[in-house]
Amino acid sequence: MSFLIFAILFWAVAFWMNATIAARWSETGWARYFVPALFGVTLLVLWEGIVRGFAVPQVILPAPSQIAMRFAASTGVLWVDFRQTILKGALSGYVMGCAAAFVMAVLVDRSAFLERGLMPVGNFLAALPIVGIAPIFVMWFGFDWQSKAAVVIVTVFFPVLVNMVAGLKATDPLQRDLMRTYSASYLQTLIKMRLPAALPFLFNGLKIATTLALIGAIVAEFFGSPTRGMGFRISTAVGQLDMALVWSEITVAALAGTGFYGLIALAEKVLTFWHPSQRG
Amino acid sequence: MTRVGPVLVVVCAIIAVWYGATVWLNSAWVYDQAARSGQAVGFWDMVGQTMALDRPVLPAPHQVVMGLWDGVTGQKVTSKRSLVYHGWITLEATGLGFIIGTVAGLLLAVALVHNKALDMSFMPWAIASQTIPVLAIAPMVIVVLASLGVKGLLPKALIAAYLSFFPVLVGMVKGLRAPDAMQIDLLRTYGAPKAAIFWKLRLPSSMAYFFASLKVGVAAALVGTIVAELPAGAVAGLGARLLQGSYYGQTVQIWAALIAAACLAAVLVGLVGLIEAVVLKRMGLVR
Repeated sequence: MSFLIFAILFWAVAFWMNATIAARWSETGWARYFVPALFGVTLLVLWEGIVRGFAVPQVILPAPSQIAMRFAASTGVLWVDFRQTILKGALSGYVMGCAAAFVMAVLVDRSAFLERGLMPVGNFLAALPIVGIAPIFVMWFGFDWQSKAAVVIVTVFFPVLVNMVAGLKATDPLQRDLMRTYSASYLQTLIKMRLPAALPFLFNGLKIATTLALIGAIVAEFFGSPTRGMGFRISTAVGQLDMALVWSEITVAALAGTGFYGLIALAEKVLTFWHPSQRG
Repeated sequence: MTRVGPVLVVVCAIIAVWYGATVWLNSAWVYDQAARSGQAVGFWDMVGQTMALDRPVLPAPHQVVMGLWDGVTGQKVTSKRSLVYHGWITLEATGLGFIIGTVAGLLLAVALVHNKALDMSFMPWAIASQTIPVLAIAPMVIVVLASLGVKGLLPKALIAAYLSFFPVLVGMVKGLRAPDAMQIDLLRTYGAPKAAIFWKLRLPSSMAYFFASLKVGVAAALVGTIVAELPAGAVAGLGARLLQGSYYGQTVQIWAALIAAACLAAVLVGLVGLIEAVVLKRMGLVR
């Protein structure tokens, strides 16, 4: 019971601290990091306190400390799964899908007919439950990472395509006229003016696609996979009621997802430093 | 209307490529069968046979349409083989989850806009959680809730709710903050209380954001429901249909379930769009 009381006390103090800091120092830099960090810690403490205080069985919800211990004990397995699902499945599919969408967007941009025909179809397909194609691709490309990469390619293709096509339109007529008065060729206009102008849109699509890529790779493994991979491990560990391992995999997924997103956001910051949304 | 022509051409091109791929992918099997039974097949014989295989690698479009038609009208809607039955199961969970997620997202967005401490604590985590593949949690939620005795509709709806919750939250926070400081200051000089500012300024100006996020949310809820139906041996619903089809190699069944899910998604998004048009018109927000 003392755990529960401690957790509730901790929560009350943290709540009071956050409220005070938010009221007084909300404009300062350190508060912007401290407040959410304290909130996150409070959630973990509450979680630990509730699990221990009410003696919640490990099969329902393991405590954060149990998860941390399991994580530390099974880094080998987690690394194998990480390599299989994230590096082989998600990342290779992500690169191929985004590259294909990029090339397609430039082609679509050149042909008004293709744009009028393809974009409504693309918008329609982008809203569909694309993970549903996973069983088909597993049947075609086998159980290993190739089928997961294929699912990821299809999943990331449309969001990137839609954003990139919008981005290629992002220059105003004045800028285009200027390039024309310089008698710049199509390729020069594309490389020097339109691609840079499209970058903020492209990164928007790329960021959305990071999450989709991970989801695609993990969900595709529910339809069949070799005896490794995060989706495989999650479904088998759930079957064995080894929830600490499941939560360890979820932690890996969360870290990988955040890291992946952060990497793209960093690239965006470096490449689109001139854009208004990056200033200030 | 200038779009109808190009769209038709693209759709026709997709169908043509599909038929071509059907012949190409299925031909190996047909030739193999013929070689085993010691017969020679001509090219057109082979083409004909690839269109009518029992378990094709890629079913021809008309096979999928037939599967869909058979699934929808071939049996009573209460039959376990009816797509209407499975679609309804999925739709129920999607709808319930979508409503839970939307209400939760709305309430939290209102709280965040009015409470700075909550906003500073919660919002960074809400945004960070977008980068996590939440669907990975789906199988665990199902099993845990099942061990607590909660089965059937609710676990699936919760996963759908979780997925539709964040688009609504993020969109609504943005929408409720959309009125600029001048407008809020103006209402303050009128002596308007916070509630009046909310109902007369913040809420109306958030409507465009609200419906944009609802469209994302409803599609996400459907994906969540379908994925939630995969693990723990769900026996009904479009997701279960996909999984069974993949176990038994029933490709036509998979494709039919897939197209049914696609139609369901399109109908749901269209429905939200329809409600949006009516509401915006009633509120006088259509320009």
